[in-house]
Amino acid sequence: MTVAITPDLIQQHQLTPGEYAKIVAILGREPSYTELGIFSVMWSEHCSYKSSRRHLKKLPTTGSRVVQGPGENAGIVDIGSGYVIAFKIESHNHPSFIEPFQGAATGVGGILRDIFTMGARPIAVLDSLRFGRLDDLGVPSGPGPRNRRILSGVVAGIAHYGNCFGVPTIGGETLFEPCYDGNPLVNVFALGICRKEDIFYAKAAGVGNPVIYVGARTGRDGIHGASMASAEFTEESKQKRPNVQVGDPFMEKLLLEACLEAMRTGAIVGIQDMGAAGLTCSTCEMGSRGEVGIEIELDRVPQRATGMTSYEIMLSESQERMLLVADKGRQDEVFAVFRKWGLEAAEIGIVTGDGQLRVRHHGQIVAEIPNRELADEAPLYDRPVAPVPSVPAHASSWPVTGDPQNDLPRLLSAPDICSKRAIWEQYDYQVRTNTLAGPERADAALIRIKETGGSLAISLDGNGRYCRLDPRLGAMLAVAECCRNLSVVGATPIAATNCLNFGNPERPEIMAQLVEAVEGISEACRCFDTPITGGNVSLYNETLGEGIYPTPVLGIVGLLPTGFPVTIPFKVPGRSVILLGGLRACDESQFGATQYAKEILHQLWGLPPALDLPYEQRVQLAIRRIVAEGLAESAHDLSDGGLAVALAECCFGPAEIGAHVDLPSDLRPEILLFHEAPSRILISTSQPVQVAAIAEAFEIESLLIGVTIEKGLEIRQRTVTLGAWDIATLKSHYDTAL
Amino acid sequence: MKFGVIVFPGSNCDHDAFYAVTHNLAQSAEFIWHDSTSLGGVDAVILPGGFAYGDYLRCGAIAKFSPVMRAVRDFAASGGPVLGICNGFQILVEAGLLPGALIRNRGLKFICREVHLRAATQDSIFTSAIPPGQVLRLPIAHGEGCYYADERTLDQLEDEDRVLFRYLDNPNGSLRDIAGVLNRERNVMGMMPHPERASDPLMGSADGLAIFRSVLQARTVSA
Repeated sequence: MTVAITPDLIQQHQLTPGEYAKIVAILGREPSYTELGIFSVMWSEHCSYKSSRRHLKKLPTTGSRVVQGPGENAGIVDIGSGYVIAFKIESHNHPSFIEPFQGAATGVGGILRDIFTMGARPIAVLDSLRFGRLDDLGVPSGPGPRNRRILSGVVAGIAHYGNCFGVPTIGGETLFEPCYDGNPLVNVFALGICRKEDIFYAKAAGVGNPVIYVGARTGRDGIHGASMASAEFTEESKQKRPNVQVGDPFMEKLLLEACLEAMRTGAIVGIQDMGAAGLTCSTCEMGSRGEVGIEIELDRVPQRATGMTSYEIMLSESQERMLLVADKGRQDEVFAVFRKWGLEAAEIGIVTGDGQLRVRHHGQIVAEIPNRELADEAPLYDRPVAPVPSVPAHASSWPVTGDPQNDLPRLLSAPDICSKRAIWEQYDYQVRTNTLAGPERADAALIRIKETGGSLAISLDGNGRYCRLDPRLGAMLAVAECCRNLSVVGATPIAATNCLNFGNPERPEIMAQLVEAVEGISEACRCFDTPITGGNVSLYNETLGEGIYPTPVLGIVGLLPTGFPVTIPFKVPGRSVILLGGLRACDESQFGATQYAKEILHQLWGLPPALDLPYEQRVQLAIRRIVAEGLAESAHDLSDGGLAVALAECCFGPAEIGAHVDLPSDLRPEILLFHEAPSRILISTSQPVQVAAIAEAFEIESLLIGVTIEKGLEIRQRTVTLGAWDIATLKSHYDTAL
Repeated sequence: MKFGVIVFPGSNCDHDAFYAVTHNLAQSAEFIWHDSTSLGGVDAVILPGGFAYGDYLRCGAIAKFSPVMRAVRDFAASGGPVLGICNGFQILVEAGLLPGALIRNRGLKFICREVHLRAATQDSIFTSAIPPGQVLRLPIAHGEGCYYADERTLDQLEDEDRVLFRYLDNPNGSLRDIAGVLNRERNVMGMMPHPERASDPLMGSADGLAIFRSVLQARTVSA
């Protein structure tokens, strides 16, 4: 069958006339239909990063612990004792909107394969989720019910895949804004571990070596998934449901065990999972990295549908498939392992010396493209930037007197702040018996590494509201908060990954958001010495021209010795309550992104809270010392909802120990209680003098604000009571809101 | 003492059970692949948690046909201790080695949470080291953990003192709060909570270790 390559067809493949001209120049001829499909997925935004790549180069990617930076399936970082960790965060936003359960499930599946294809066994998953508002605005067709369906589908999908696969989902974040009504975000972070000498790379080598396909059969699902993820949503997007793949976590579990076992035979040269752009991407990328050619015969590819065309086979995104190159003559050792696990494995081609991706089907060559040009020479765009979208500088209305007594419970039951137990109880967060602190126990999730005696702390953070106001500062605040969460549990941040969720980069003001955010991440990550070892860019998060807030999400990993974790709740009455970093200043212009502004005033204005990076760093050094010396009985940083919300959360332990605090400040009460200036950590301690001495040594403020008590929370401002609450009542607001 | 941990395709708590008995209980253990026809001289067998065969069709419904199950059946018939944890319990029920069935949780959702249990009988090799009346804190992690049997079977289980554990805070709708049961010969047990996840104080509870210790004590006494 010959399909004529018309301008219409080129446009349907989301290739510009200029891009098409480049294809013709590379090939020296018109592409075949199959070749057009191959180029269109490899040069899609999703696979080629053509809009973002020149800016991503600004990120710091090297460091003494970095074994592998961006460019592989996952970054690799040395954690000592002969072990490394492989980790990355990836988005599955577009599929999760079209089909929430399978979209999210395959998002988990995809990132897990990225980890074990490096030779590392996945030991932790965290998720960063964004949904539209949950209230129905009083109309039956309002967005609330639909967003709830998306939420419950996504959570069930993550649970389905992760639980069955056997990796604990140990933490994450879930936030809600109207801007995600038509574009939910599903960002999944996964981390694995292996011995340093057991790392595998996605690189083909050795002319004549066999190319082996393993795992699930290829079907017609997911064709053009990568292109779908590179376009805005329109009314027709619902018709794209067949573009979403269907996941089989049991198959993935077998694939994991079989791949790790096959790697131990020593017969595998290189291996890559088939994710976005499936067989196309895995063949040309492995060939390009190894500077070799790959020739495959599609008749040998295991297929679950009959009569599939070469176009369909090359573009299918069927899940749970891997491509590997084995040592010539040793393929039987590899086949034996896959047979043991009941998995299909087929030799589908060989490594060649000519640098070409050559694809045969029914005896004919259906595609012949130079690997390097296809994988690495995608057009790069320096898209124009314009000033980021403006926001009101001031609040439009703000009642003269606040009502802290009622505002605190209202904030505790706000969807962004309330307990997400209803979500995370559906995840197995304990399998593998390493979880020292699972969801909502401490500021970061904590897992021990049985092999090294050390532990890892992991946190995911992003704040779209902050970034909407100032993408650069918002991104820096996300890095700072993420590192702070690690420091609060006593961990030293060592490396980072990021997921950049933005709207349409062809709009200059959106492109500006992306550039600003990348530069902010870059500056903050240099400051905290947390190189970015990989990540993902998700653009075109727009529906009907309505873009999301710029939402960079950071995932940062820290190291600490294994021990009982420092958790959030107060433990014992009669302890000193100390606010490291102090009350900080905040004026009206820096209050417009807070949860108070969102939930009580229903507004967004001005700027995010100010960030003093050197001060932030000293606060983190101080808390790490305090934790290392065993001085903190509890520790919790101030973030969404500010001081009052953090205090309340510290009271929600099993014993419901409360606090009596008095704040020496002249700030307006609701600003004092609810502003979100960073660099602040609440601790309870029996050793306030030693804590103060450490704070002084690091030149940070350490303010004794009160004492823990048996029952109740009372907050005063210069002896005037701002509010007094029964903890069980507050807790029921917090626990039952979602 | 040597434990055998059965590995079905899709088992995912196999490493955890192995670690608990070797590291926390300080005994030896080996993995036994599901298509083995022999248990190779182990002293006790653990069917671990997970999703054997993806839990497709029905939890445990395919795993019961694995070749190793014949050896497990023979081992049980000869009086050897068999522990089915979570998915392992579901498999033992499907295999007919334990009565009843495990159906979807009352709330229809997967639940991962710490629950409180009490041993309902001291008269077993799985609970003899648990102080009478002690409340155990153990985690659950399952979507199909609601214990179900007809009234007659439930009465019979109680009459024969074969309810092994009961929930104090029934999380899944299990009839008569049953969290674990014994076979008639009292050497095969199944339970939905995970003792291997509560065998190290760092994990938040070490209450589960008493169950493995009971098996070890029984072995030492009889040896």
